[in-house]
Formats: sequence, C-alpha cells, structure tokens
Amino acid sequence: MATEPLLVAENLHLRFGTTVALDSASVAVHAGEVLALMGPSGSGKSTLLHCLAGILHPDAGRVTYAGRDLTAMHDSERSALRRTELGLVFQFGQLVPELTCLENVALPLRLNGAPRRAALRSAAAWLERLEVSDVAGKRPGQVSGGQGQRVAVARSLVTRPRVVFADEPTGALDSLNGERVMQLFVAAARETGAAVVLVTHEARVAAYSDHEAVVRDGRVRTMEHVR
Amino acid sequence: MSVGHALLGLLEGGPRHGYDLKRSYDERFGADRPLAYGQVYSTLARLLKNGFVEVESEPGAGPERKRYAVTDAGVADVAAWLAQPEKPEPYLQSTLYTKVVLALLTGHDADAVLDTQRAEHLRLMRELTRRKDGGDLADQLVCDHALFHLEADLRWLELTAARVQQLAAHVRP
Amino acid sequence: MTRWAADLALGVRLSVGGGRSGWVRLGLIAAGVGLGVTMLLVAAALPAVLDARADRADARWVETQQTVDAGAPTVLTAPVRSVYHDAAVEGRLLQPESPDAPLPPGVDRQLAPGEIVLSPALDRLLASNDGAALRGRWGEEVVGLIAPEGLTGPGELTFYLGTDELTPDTADRLQTFGAPRGDAEAMSPVLVLLALVGMVVLLLPVGIFVSTAVRFGSEGRDRRLAALRLVGADAAMTRRVAAGETLAGAVLGLGLGALLFALVSRVAGSLVPGNLSFYPQDFRPVPWLVGLVVLLVPVTTVLVTLAALRQVVVEPLGVVRRSGERRRRLWWRLVVPAAGVVLLHPLVTGLDASAGTQVMIVAGLVLLLTGVALVLPWLVEATVHRLGPGGVAWDLAVRRLQLDSGTAVRAVSGIAVSVAGLVALQGIVGAIGALTAETTADTTTYQASVLDIDADADEVAAWTRELSAARGVTDVGTLTSLAAEPAGGGALGPDEVILESGPCAVLAQEAQVGACTDGDVFVVVPDGAAAPPAGSAYVLDGGGSAPWTLPASTRSADPAPGTVAVMDGGGPARILVTPGALAGVRPEVMAVTAYVALDPAVPDALDLMRTAAAQVDPRAYAASIEARGIATALGGIRQVLLVGTVALLVLIGASMLVNVVEQLRERRRLLAVLVAFGTRRRTLSASVLLQVAVPVALGLLLAVATGSVLALGLQVAVEAPLSFDWAGVGTTAGVAALVVLLTTAAGLPLLWRLTRPEGLRSE
Repeated sequence: MATEPLLVAENLHLRFGTTVALDSASVAVHAGEVLALMGPSGSGKSTLLHCLAGILHPDAGRVTYAGRDLTAMHDSERSALRRTELGLVFQFGQLVPELTCLENVALPLRLNGAPRRAALRSAAAWLERLEVSDVAGKRPGQVSGGQGQRVAVARSLVTRPRVVFADEPTGALDSLNGERVMQLFVAAARETGAAVVLVTHEARVAAYSDHEAVVRDGRVRTMEHVR
Repeated sequence: MSVGHALLGLLEGGPRHGYDLKRSYDERFGADRPLAYGQVYSTLARLLKNGFVEVESEPGAGPERKRYAVTDAGVADVAAWLAQPEKPEPYLQSTLYTKVVLALLTGHDADAVLDTQRAEHLRLMRELTRRKDGGDLADQLVCDHALFHLEADLRWLELTAARVQQLAAHVRP
Repeated sequence: MTRWAADLALGVRLSVGGGRSGWVRLGLIAAGVGLGVTMLLVAAALPAVLDARADRADARWVETQQTVDAGAPTVLTAPVRSVYHDAAVEGRLLQPESPDAPLPPGVDRQLAPGEIVLSPALDRLLASNDGAALRGRWGEEVVGLIAPEGLTGPGELTFYLGTDELTPDTADRLQTFGAPRGDAEAMSPVLVLLALVGMVVLLLPVGIFVSTAVRFGSEGRDRRLAALRLVGADAAMTRRVAAGETLAGAVLGLGLGALLFALVSRVAGSLVPGNLSFYPQDFRPVPWLVGLVVLLVPVTTVLVTLAALRQVVVEPLGVVRRSGERRRRLWWRLVVPAAGVVLLHPLVTGLDASAGTQVMIVAGLVLLLTGVALVLPWLVEATVHRLGPGGVAWDLAVRRLQLDSGTAVRAVSGIAVSVAGLVALQGIVGAIGALTAETTADTTTYQASVLDIDADADEVAAWTRELSAARGVTDVGTLTSLAAEPAGGGALGPDEVILESGPCAVLAQEAQVGACTDGDVFVVVPDGAAAPPAGSAYVLDGGGSAPWTLPASTRSADPAPGTVAVMDGGGPARILVTPGALAGVRPEVMAVTAYVALDPAVPDALDLMRTAAAQVDPRAYAASIEARGIATALGGIRQVLLVGTVALLVLIGASMLVNVVEQLRERRRLLAVLVAFGTRRRTLSASVLLQVAVPVALGLLLAVATGSVLALGLQVAVEAPLSFDWAGVGTTAGVAALVVLLTTAAGLPLLWRLTRPEGLRSE
C-alpha cells in the first residue's frame, strides 16, 4: 500500500481487571477499504474495535486517526469525532426505542447541530438507499431485525463518515437477511468512500471485506493484502 | 504428497525404523485407512532419492533393520508445506488435520497454519461473493453452495484452532 | 392452602437467592418500605408524645379557683410571661407561705426570695454566648434545675423564681399543684381541622411512596417470573411467587423501619421547637397503631404487587406489557376527586367538631389528594402527546414520555400529592396568621412596649428611670390608666369609659390623634359604644377629691391601626388625655403601659430592655410592638410543618433517586450506544433531566391548582379572609422541584458509569 493508512493502532495494551483484552495489538486501516477483524469469541476483537473508534482508551499504545493521536485527545474531542467522522453499527439494541426509524437515522445529524428538517430529509434519503423507506414512521420495536439493522446502517452512514465500525452487524440475522444487509452496507460504504472495520466471526460476512486481520489472545495477525 | 510430509514430520522427532513410522502414522492419522507397508517403503524410497531422508545403517542390518532420519532439506520441505495453504476445496479435513498435528509435533505455529488456510479460503470466498453479486439466480445458487461448503471448512478450522491447546497436550508425548 | 404457602415461600427464596439483581431489588423495596414505616411509626408515636406532655403539664397546672383547706400549707404563685429573641419563656413566681408549702413537680426545695430554679434548656441558654441579653433578667441566684417530671420537654424554657412580693390579691393561693385541665384545653374545630389536614398531607404520600417502592426493580422480577413460566409455573403461581417476593421485602422493610424509628426517636425531640420538645422515652408508638402498621404495610405491598402484575402478562418467553397504545381515560379518574369534593362540603356549609364531620373531612381529603395521583397520569399523557419537537435532548425526553409515561408519573405522583397538601396546609396556616397578625402597628416612634405594669403614680417615675437606663433604650413614654368613674356613680354602664393619660407621642400609638399639643383631649369610640358627651363629669381617684370634666375641645379620633380595638371591636369608649389637660388634678393611677424607643444600632436592645423591665417587676410583659399578636405562636406550628415537609421531601428525593437509577439501569445498553456514537453528555443529562422535569412540572401545576382550591375551602371553613399566598406556594413548589432535580442530578454520576463502553458488551 503506497498511501498512508487512515487509522493506525500501534501496540495497544488493555486489561479489564486481571483479564488481558489487548496485548500489543497493532492494525492499520486504509481509506476506503473494508477490513474484517476475525477471531474466536473473547479474542479481543470488539475491544480492539472500541479502541479504534475512540470509545475505549487503551492502557498503553497509540491510535492515530488521520494523523491525529486519538489516545491523547480529550473525551469530548473523541466524542465529537465519533459524531462527525466515524460511524457505528452494533449487533442489536442500538436504535432509540422511542424515536421512529427516520428520527433514529436523523439523530447523528441533529447531534451535530443540523436543523431538524434538513436532518430528516437526508435521513429519508438514506432509508431509501437501504431500501427501508417503508419503516420510516415506525418505531424500532415494530420492525423486523433485518429492517432494524438496515436502519442502523443508514444511521451509521448518514453523517458521511470516513470510517464505519460494525460489530457483528448481521449477528442476530438469518443468512438471507444478513447477506442483504451486508450487500447494501458495503455497497453504500464504497459509494461514499468510507472505510469499514467489520468485526465478525462469519466467513461469509468476512467475504465482503477486502482483507482480514485475525485477533487472537489480544494480538492481531494481519494477513497478506489481497485485492 | 501429504503422506511423505507426514512421515518427514514424524521423523523430526528422531530417527526411526520403517515399521515404527507406520505404527506412529496409523496412530495419529490413519484411524480409517492404515498405511500399507508397501506405501511406507515406496514413500521413504522417494524421500531418500530427493535427499529429504537418510539411512542410518546398523550393524548386521537387513532391510528391516534400516533406520531413517530426516535431513535438513527434509525439515525445510515440511516447513514449506505447512506454510503453503491448501487449495480450497471440499473435504480437505484429513490434510488440514495432518497439517495441524504435524505443526504441533514439529514445533510450528498451528495457528499460523489455520490463519494461512483461512486467508486462502477467504480469497476464494471473496471471489465467489463478487461473482454472486453480479450474477443471475443460477450463478447465485451455485456460488452459495460453494460458499457454504467453504464456510463449513473454515468453521471446522476455527474449532480446531480453539482446541489447539487441548490437542497439543494430547499429541505431544 | 399449602400450595399458596409453597408458592409464597418460593417467592421469598427467589428474592433472597436471586443473585445480585434480586438482592438489589430486595434492598430497594426494604429501604422504601422501611422509610415509609418509619414515617408511620413516627405518626403513631405522636399521640403518646402529646399525652406525656399533657400529663406533665397537668401535674404542674395551677388551678386558680382552688379551694384551700383551713390550715393547709399553701404557696402564692403568679405566672411570668417573657420572650427571649423569638422563644417564649414562661415561668412562675413562688412565694411559700410555710416551710412545707406545696412544691411544683420537678422542684425539690422551697425557694427563698430571689432564688431561682431553671429548666435545663434555659440554664444552657443563660450559660451560652447567645444568652447574654437574658442574664440577670430574674436575678443570678440559681439554686438548681427543674427535673424532667416538671417539664413538658427537654427544650422547654421555664423557671420558678422565689419572691416575697406577692399578695393574695395579685396571685393565686395554692394547696397543691396539678389538676386535670379537662375541657379547658379541648381543641377548637379550627385546630382539629389543621391537625387532620396535616396528618393526611404528611401520611398520604407515605402510602404512595410505599406502593412505588414495591415496584422498584420490577422489570427484572418479571423476567425471573417469565423464566418460572418457562419451567411450567402457571399464571396464578407466578402471581403468588411475586407476592412472596414482595412480602420478603416488606417484612425486611418493617425491620428496617423499626431500626430507623429507634434512631429517629433519639433526635426527633431536638428537631421541633423548644416549647414543643419532648423526651425520647415519651416517643413510643401507640401499640394498636403499631399493630395496624405491621398488618397493613405488608398487605398493601402485596396488593400493590398483584395490581401491578395485572398490567403485564408474564409469558414463558418474556413479558408483555398491556399498557401498549391504549390511551388513558379521564372520566373515572375524575370520579375519585369529585367524591372527595362532595365529602368536603362541610368546609363551606359549616364546620363542627363532631366525629362524623371529621371522618367526612379526612375521607374527602384522602380522596381529593388521591385524585391528584389518579388524574396526573392522564394529564401527563395527554400533554406529552401534544408537545412539539425541540432540541435533541427535548425530543429524546418527550418521545420517551410518549412511549411510556407510567414509570415517570409513578415517581412524580407522590410529589404532586405532597405539594397539593402542603399548599393547602400553608394556605390555612397563612390565613390564620393573617387573621391575627398585626403588621400595621406604628413603630416609627416606639418599637416596644411594657404591658401589665401594676403601679401607682410614684412608680411610674421609677419605671421610666429604670427602662431609660437600659442599654439600647433611647426614649420611654408612659401611658397611665386612670381610675375614672362617672361622677354620678355606676361605673359599669353604657357610659363606662377608659381614661388614659400620656404625652402626644404615646397617644399617637393608641389613636389617630393627628395634630396634638399638650392640653388636648381625644375620645375614641369603638363600634357599639356611645361617645361620652362633652361636659361629662368624672372622678379620677375613686374617692371624689379629683373631679374632672370632659372639655368642650375634646376631639374624636379613630383607633390606631393594629390596636386591640381595631382587631376585636367593641369595648367601652376611651378618653385619651394629655398631661396638660389634667393640670391640677391628682388622679389615681391603675396601671401603666410604657412605650420604649429602641436604638436599632444596639443588637439585642429589645431583650436588654426586657431584662431591665423584669428586674423592676418580673410580671410585666415586655414585647416588641410589631410582633404583638399570635403570629409567634403560629411560628411553632410552621416549624413542625417545616420538619414534616423536609422529612417528606427527603422521602420523595430518595424515591426519585431510586427511580432515576432504575430507569438508567434499564436503559444502560442504549445509553452506552448513544455515548459510543458521540452523543454529548450534556445532551444525555439534559434528556434525563427533562424526562423527569416535564412530569414534575405538570404534577406541580396540578398540585398547586388542587392545593389552592383546597386552601380556599379551608380558609372559608375557618372564616379567614380569602387570600392566595403566592410566595408560600412558589416556595413549596420550587423547593419540591429543586429536590427532584437535585436528586435526579445526583443520579447522573451513575449515568457516566453506566455509559462506559463496558455497557456495549452484550450479556
């Protein structure tokens, strides 16, 4: 890779109590690429994702995003970064149950201070892009799991982030639904030029990535880059 | 070629007689299909010809009393074999299993064997995924069939990886 | 029956063996019920406290009409009323007429003139820096302390002072102390009403609080019940298990309540004003009331649990809430407060002290205030569905309330009921205060007065001298009451008059005399009295050697605002005379009132003056002109009300905190997700606060409306002028809102803990 990576983790160490979650983990994410983080349960892949997204602060090591040291930033700066340049998709339970799907998608824009109307307009466009315009007025509790995840994907992309972090985005879905979510997700991300960091233990999901890194016992093995 | 690599790997533990080798192989890998003596000796002969093993003669030796030892070239060949992913295809289990066990026996990183293989599987799966995205229904169904089989293999690999520690305790003498 | 027992027992076991969340829930219920039980036990102890105080007050009571057996040892006694700062100090003069004269309870020796025994509280006050201006008021010869059996409470300020200046004419002669006061102290309907309202206002929220406490952590409980259903329990069984679980918490709560009560009883006596204080050993709950608490609290908790379970269907695979999209209906919620209003009609149509009326009023109050708790959910729901969009925090809060306002409202209903009650209570206390307080008296010239000076003409000069000598006194003017009899005899007739003499400045205190020079005479005629015609002749010494005629120059004057005549009306006509108009007459002086001007720069000038007055004659009553009235007496009631309100607010705050914590816990994953994608803490906190603030605001609105209407009703009942105490209502509502928001804010640190990324981990 000739270009500088967009997001780099170097020698991250993190322990929860006596459990070592990350043990000198390093990984690099290039702009626009889809990277799958694979590995057995409890290997630390979600923890690594949280560190990369600036949600968790490693005990040692450095995370650099676009040349800025995330680990040296104040919490509010990292929050602001997550609002504007990073997107997040989780396995479940990420939509605010009181808000309609449309309002959920508009939420990140509104957190950034966008006017309500404009936010709702672009949220509607994203729902359409993910083929779930019909659930716009419904609450998350009233839609199916696949629809909910598409809404979550729409929400993660609505701010046009440079990196989207997805933690088992299809983990709670059946094959067909999971596949459709991944197709739409990756296609939309490639369209906007967003890099995707995808935590998954499913090979068929990882097959949507450009390359994978394996997390095992808190360490990362980056596999040869194959395009 | 895997029987040859398996024998080389077993020899890394120390020089052995042909009969011992067959017994060790059957114990580890030959539960269903024990090796025929003929196959052992023909394989050893080929390895000898390629310089991967050498014969240590014992006084008063007949053909049964020959002891085989692995050469440096043989050790390198095993390492290269372990590092080389198998072409992803269904029913690779016996080969992959042999590789994992041999990696453990010979002190190689069994996880690396698995990761290398996964990378190779994923390469093919990405290709299939791409083809499926662009293809018609028939293409999609065919690709899906292949994808699910490849995934099943990988799942088995993951499981093996997870059990490496148990396996290591069991395999290592 | 055995099935019942087995299921209840299973519930108890589940509650104590339910792991950490089970313990938390058990603890919350126990804490909630415990706090409620404490309040109930305190209420149950009040009758005992009042009885004990009354018994001891009876034991030292002075029966003024006592018939004395011939030859029995007797004592002469007279009351001393004094005030220090704002606290009443009521003592007694004792003049034993023989060595074995009766002693008041708590006093173990006869007092020689000048000797004094003090209550411990008065002793402490005198010894403290605070008591400087009090020292020497009744001499320095302290010979002992009054034992507890002679005091109503440890904080009471009282004393017995030995003297030799009493005569049977000016004092009471006693053979024994103590007499049942009988009906003399029977409470007036107004005070009974006050007490009833107070009890209902303070105890009803306790009931609401206890029933809220039972629902703490019920989500987790419902999940456990669902798990039971999965292994084969039927719906009835889960209800019994739930009842058993609650019962465990309630029983634990009873124990906790008893413990807390034991702690409270040690300090409770010192929380009330000194003249209402009581001894800890008097603070014993009445046994049958305790029985009622022990019986009713667990029964109530179980009933509430069962009622709450009707709102959900516990299925084997999870819990379905019934509330769903069903809108709340208003009409049946209005039935209860309407019934309350109907029952309260005696307030307007006429109040009496009969038991039937009391029951009606209590029931009416309970229903009306419960109605607040019933109408509030509807009000909140109807309102939040009409609220428009706003900022992100506002939207999050409003949408949350739209989806489920029940949880928030449950927490708020206790506050609403309390505030409604408190507003009503304040309305009535304020109205009674307004009825009697004297705020219009003129204090520009003189700021204090000394009343009840029993003096003759010679002593007037002595009084003036002594008072003038006190530090902080700048001027003393005296008003002397003269013995005036119509020249023809017959003092008690329509032509009876009061004749008082003093300089113009002093007369201005009594009437609106306008321009006044020495030699002027004024006549003040209250309603219903006849004005004496000019030329009426009087004798001013009871004998006949001091005749005086009302001059033709006599002017008529209105009474000064704030004087007794203005307040009560009636009474005979008063003739106010300047000294010049009495030139040459030597009238007989009956009594003297001294008006005193105080130096505002001297701290405690008023009390220094009181001390000076007491040194001349302890029986003289010295007081500030401004505070003359019973406003100070209401101060005690206000303070008790304040203590009750604070206790109530603490209870509300505690329940609010638990509620907020519970809601946050329930939503921890969502909160963690919101933080993960960059939501500002400010936004999240604002949303949590708004979620609480909106129902609280609506609750307070409803409470103030209900409370004000109730206050007006109560004011009509006690025939007080209708008034609306904006400041008091604002303060109550404001403090309640503040307590709620502060406790909610206190829950926010938990928000930060819950939103740490660990919350993202799936369970």
